[in-house]
Amino acid sequence: MKPLFLALLWLIGGLLFLHRGVAVAAEDVFVNDGLHDPQGPSFHELQRPTEALAGFPPDTVGNKVRWVNALRDGLINPRTNIVPETKIQVLDMDIIFGNTGDNAFVRFPHRAHTEWLDCANCHPDPFKEKFNTSGIKMSAILEGKFCGKCHGAVAFPLTECARCHSIKPDSFRGQLGAQSVKKP
Amino acid sequence: MLNPLRNPDRRLSPAAVFLVGVLLLLLAASPGMAEYADVILNQHAEQEGVRPVIYPHWFHRIRFRCKVCHHELGFKMKAGGNEISMAAILDGKFCGMCHNEEIAWGLEHCHRCHSGLPGLKTGIRGDNKAGGPGEY
Ligand code: HEC
Ligand code: HEC
Ligand code: HEC
Ligand code: HEC
Ligand code: HEC
Ligand code: HEC
Repeated sequence: MKPLFLALLWLIGGLLFLHRGVAVAAEDVFVNDGLHDPQGPSFHELQRPTEALAGFPPDTVGNKVRWVNALRDGLINPRTNIVPETKIQVLDMDIIFGNTGDNAFVRFPHRAHTEWLDCANCHPDPFKEKFNTSGIKMSAILEGKFCGKCHGAVAFPLTECARCHSIKPDSFRGQLGAQSVKKP
Repeated sequence: MLNPLRNPDRRLSPAAVFLVGVLLLLLAASPGMAEYADVILNQHAEQEGVRPVIYPHWFHRIRFRCKVCHHELGFKMKAGGNEISMAAILDGKFCGMCHNEEIAWGLEHCHRCHSGLPGLKTGIRGDNKAGGPGEY
């Protein structure tokens, strides 16, 4: 009985010690992220996402930030250009897609996109500037084409079906395609 | 011999509960995940004796909209799709368009960019739910 008790105490002590080490490491997301080299001379100079992104509207996926809301609510104001002459365009026009099988229709908001992106990031490749002419398919999106070029790489991932498939067909009264342009 | 994980009266011993708890904690705490949308650039870096480069999207997009890099400065939206080399950067191209002591700190801080573990492959990283396009 006694040696067993001692062995158990020893084991628990060892595990506690190990756990302390892991807990300290867990506080720093760059330790053990399979990416950063803790031996790197600037390892401690880099900002951690846990610190930089705290206080932004939370999300459950991606960077765990609702980037559209962070921008809209003025929590961030990223630069739009470096050269003063660069033309900045924002377009407030929704496109509603209807070839969605049993799923809800897709609402594509130009506004939320052109706040971040330039027209040339999407036109003419991968999207033609005319509704229903680009041959968008969910299978291709999942392969990283069309919307999947950004969604699943930098913008929120493709697991969030309902964020794109957001219009219930039975309650939709308008026309599919480009909706009227809203002027600011 | 007494089995420390089980009492004779078939109730879980406190020691067993404790051990399982500690093991679960250990599992939960390790290992970490790369932040969503980090890009690794390692086409020449490691071959030339420096650490692979980690480019963090999340950090830069707080300060710049996508259009700055992917339109104004001309970065193609494809990991490994730009012929980025240190010579071009020192020449004021790519990262060197901003890391020039005007818009951001200068190129003498090698290790802030060359910060990756050896052996990393060029590409974009995500969390478990999005390892890049297609692997959602
Ligand atoms: C549009 C301008 C711009 C471009 C292009 C750019 N950066 Fe940056 N970068 C910045 C700014 C601004 C900072 C923050 C500087 C500061 O905090 O003083 C920064 C900071 C960083 C940091 C430090 C992040 C931290 O944790 O503090 C790294 C690493 C970095 N950049 C890598 C790169 C790499 C690699 C490239 C090229 C692939 C690149 N950057 C291209 C503007 C740019
Ligand atoms: C980034 C936006 C986006 C996300 C996220 C998304 N979809 Fe789609 N989906 C689309 C678009 C755009 C279409 C094409 C609609 C059209 O052409 O009319 C589409 C089409 C479809 C179709 C119709 C068949 C086909 O092959 O085109 C199905 C079914 C579908 N999606 C299911 C899903 C499911 C299930 C998910 C979640 C796992 C999902 N989608 C996530 C944008 C998205
Ligand atoms: C993130 C990608 C994206 C960006 C950025 C973008 N668009 Fe679009 N645009 C689309 C998609 C998707 C369609 C629909 C294509 C289809 O149905 O085949 C579209 C369609 C259009 C159409 C055709 C509408 C119709 O009547 O059929 C016009 C015009 C247009 N865009 C203009 C612009 C302008 C101007 C900008 C820049 C201010 C812009 N777009 C930026 C994705 C984008
Ligand atoms: C060139 C990159 C790019 C492409 C292509 C793209 N998106 Fe996005 N999208 C973004 C970015 C960036 C955001 C901002 C949110 C984020 O980063 O998570 C966004 C946000 C959205 C939002 C959220 C808007 C809100 O109000 O919260 C929807 C919905 C959306 N995209 C649908 C689509 C659909 C549908 C397509 C394809 C027809 C598409 N996107 C193609 C980059 C892109
Ligand atoms: C400071 C510059 C900078 C900003 C701002 C920026 N990017 Fe990038 N992006 C890069 C660099 C650098 C790469 C890697 C290019 C390479 O490997 O040659 C990249 C790669 C990409 C890729 C390719 C990923 C793949 O799967 O191959 C996508 C998609 C992308 N960016 C989308 C975005 C979106 C959307 C935004 C805005 C939310 C954005 N980027 C903001 C610099 C930037
Ligand atoms: C702003 C970010 C940044 C800084 C600072 C930086 N580099 Fe680089 N460096 C890069 C990128 C991006 C590459 C291309 C990575 C690749 O795909 O191999 C690169 C590539 C290299 C290469 C590979 C050979 C080549 O010509 O491409 C060497 C060697 C190198 N850097 C050395 C240095 C040294 C030494 C310093 C400090 C004096 C430094 N770098 C500072 C971003 C940076």
